[in-house]
Amino acid sequence: MSANHMTDPTPDDGRVESAENAIEMKEVEGKSQGQIVRARFFRHKGAMISIIVMAFVLLLALTSIGFPVFTDSWYISGWWAYGPNETNTIVNPGGAPTLTMPWSPEGFAIGPHPFGQDEIGHDIFARVMRGVQTSLLVMIVVGLVSTAVGVIVGALSGFFRGWADTGLMRMTDLVITVPTIVIGAVLGKLFGGADPLPLAIALGAVTWTGLARLVRGDFLSLREREFVDAARVAGASNSRIIFKHILPNAIGVIIVATTLLMSSAILLETALSYLGFGITPPNVSLGQLINQYQSSFSTRPWLFWWPGLFIIVIALCVNFIGDGLRDAFDPRQRRIPSARKMARAARRGQAEVSQAHAS
Amino acid sequence: MLRFIIRRVLIGLGILLVSSFLLYLLVDLTLDPLEDLRTSTDPNKEFLIAQRIELLQLDQPVVQRYLDWIGGVLTGDLGNSWVTNRPVSELLQGAIISTIQLVSAATVLSILLGVAVGIVSALRQYSGFDYLITFVSFLLFSLPSFWVAVLLKQWGAIGFNDFLADPWIAWGVVIGVGLLAGFLWQLAIGGELRRRLINAAIGAAATIGALAYLQLSGWWSEPNIGPVILAVTSVVIAFAVTSLSTGLKNRRALYTALTCAALGVALWYPIRFYLFYYLTPYMNWAIAAGLGLLAALVGIGIGVLYRGPDWKQSARTGGIVAFLVAGLIFIDQVMSVWGPFYNSNAVNGRPIATIGDRTPNLGGNWWVGVLDSYAHLILPTLALMLISFASYTRYSRGSMLEVMNQDYIRTARAKGLSERTVVVRHGFRNTLIPLATIVPIDVITLIGGAIITERIFGRPGMGQLFLQSLAGNDIEPVMAYLLIVAFLAIVANIVADLVYAVLDPRIRVNA
Repeated sequence: MSANHMTDPTPDDGRVESAENAIEMKEVEGKSQGQIVRARFFRHKGAMISIIVMAFVLLLALTSIGFPVFTDSWYISGWWAYGPNETNTIVNPGGAPTLTMPWSPEGFAIGPHPFGQDEIGHDIFARVMRGVQTSLLVMIVVGLVSTAVGVIVGALSGFFRGWADTGLMRMTDLVITVPTIVIGAVLGKLFGGADPLPLAIALGAVTWTGLARLVRGDFLSLREREFVDAARVAGASNSRIIFKHILPNAIGVIIVATTLLMSSAILLETALSYLGFGITPPNVSLGQLINQYQSSFSTRPWLFWWPGLFIIVIALCVNFIGDGLRDAFDPRQRRIPSARKMARAARRGQAEVSQAHAS
Repeated sequence: MLRFIIRRVLIGLGILLVSSFLLYLLVDLTLDPLEDLRTSTDPNKEFLIAQRIELLQLDQPVVQRYLDWIGGVLTGDLGNSWVTNRPVSELLQGAIISTIQLVSAATVLSILLGVAVGIVSALRQYSGFDYLITFVSFLLFSLPSFWVAVLLKQWGAIGFNDFLADPWIAWGVVIGVGLLAGFLWQLAIGGELRRRLINAAIGAAATIGALAYLQLSGWWSEPNIGPVILAVTSVVIAFAVTSLSTGLKNRRALYTALTCAALGVALWYPIRFYLFYYLTPYMNWAIAAGLGLLAALVGIGIGVLYRGPDWKQSARTGGIVAFLVAGLIFIDQVMSVWGPFYNSNAVNGRPIATIGDRTPNLGGNWWVGVLDSYAHLILPTLALMLISFASYTRYSRGSMLEVMNQDYIRTARAKGLSERTVVVRHGFRNTLIPLATIVPIDVITLIGGAIITERIFGRPGMGQLFLQSLAGNDIEPVMAYLLIVAFLAIVANIVADLVYAVLDPRIRVNA
């Protein structure tokens, strides 16, 4: 074996590398995983903008026309004058929107019907807000149900392997064989109606397969780690190992997959409502609105634009949040520090070195 | 290997049986064939209900009905639809052909475009082009396909048909489109500022020049690929394929490609006006495919004739160029019937259709039929392509990024290979492996997922059959559809695993 040639490292290399390390250590020293992830998430501009937009949309939808708490008899009313199913007198000819932009001759005005009205006189703003409420509710419930089922199936099959794995994976194959929208259409005909909750739970019961596969893969690799052996030697039961030790390590993958699943859930629900197999009148869904007004696109475009715009905004925001979360949880992401930070870290490093030499 | 296939097939059949049983229970629960009778005001309502119960055997338990149905399926009888009184297999035949037409066009186009864009995006990671493509694919993922399809019907069809009535693009728009094209080209090609400006200028000039030529020669009213356009395009194809396949320094391959292009241009007149003229009464897709294959063989032969130490590469290049040039001549033939098609009574100046998959009462020969079905396919294919394109772009980008970070790419560069060889021969082929497993699954998903597009564009495909039967409480076609879709999904998974095992020797050794 040849001797190791100890060449003096050039001062530049050492300083740059130690400066970068200093910055990176400053980012992570003393912080828990949650804090690190949160800090990196807040730096993702797209995700932060999306959170603000989503919060605004949610607040607008909930407060404007109010919402029922559990049953229709306990109804918290909102500040908007019209309801989604009321027929009002038509204000502008043809039901055109009363919303005017600052650069138009009338100046900026919202008017009684900013999103316009249809031929019967329904206020489109109220209908769109009710549709947003329904879609957001379905999205959240599908996300929760799907995640719960997927995590349990994936965890059990990945941790126990053997017969449990084979059985659960075959069950997953059963659910995968039919495309989501096809089985969604059948479930929509069965559970669809005015109440969005049964439909949401049913849809959640068929969309968990991707998440289950991801969790299973993660569990298969995580269960071989030393901390699992250590926990077992200390006498931990299986459920404790799964929920207290392995699951927190897999949480990144789960959260990212859940957000992406929610974005596809809202597109699925609106598609089903468009086909007529989802939310039916008297309740309102954005897909149902698009179906109802699709033929009047050339004469009354506002009936068609606003529901579609809200679907796109919600799906896009959820996608961006999911992307931000994925970048935040990715351990290989490195930020290239700016020149100012490098200089500051170098000065700090020099100060420590000179202190060490002095003592 | 054989044991692997047999095991997967047996497991697949088992899953299919269990899945069909569970689906039958679910569909039986969902569909209520007596729904319209319950609310009817007929005086003999009770009698009609009893009659229908007896017809559909609704008094028997579900399991019994399932066994009857599956027994029928295993002997080849898919049952009859009680609403229309026709056998389900008859309904399926026409529907399957229509759906396959739609799905294959969308799949091929979205794969070609998606993989190309994804690879370029990966090679230019973190550049402006990359961010643009990532944002666009995010946007496409969040679009509701039914909303976009309705928009396409409005602008794509009505707007385009109105444009064709008076085909003139304002010069301002031409210049704007040219500038945009130049901007996109320089974004894709990259480089430092001076090269970018030159690329942008060349791209813009070429686009404006092409559009101006098309506009001034009246191409909008009479589209065709004359010998001039054929010659220019064939030479461009020859250079492009050669540079991708072997590099322009390989003179024999370049000469092979140029010879194929020249041969195609020289044969344009005889093929168009003699060969197709005599073949038209007998023409069908089998003959067209055969002619394409013949063209490829001629190209390969030319490559062989040029000889040289790497004649196989020349042959491959020649085959591809010859096939593409033959394709151009085929498209020219189809375009030649545009005039009579556009002015016919059935079409009446609105060629881009929004409903159905063919124009009724059109008449004409096979070429007119091909033009008609493609005019009906443009919008649904665009609608289907949007989301497929986005997902292929992301997959191929991720796959290419992973491949380009491997050690063997670094070794290839260290050996001194040109960047083109490193990217095309080493990077591109390894990128395709995971993609090859996704394609069968995506095709199958598309067949099931095209139901929205078929509903919006009124195409009489499998999706329409499923939706109409679901709404009409017709259990036989619904079950037949679900069975076929589940069967195709299982086949696609097995094919994907097989393709992966064939392409990746590491899987074969371990399996």
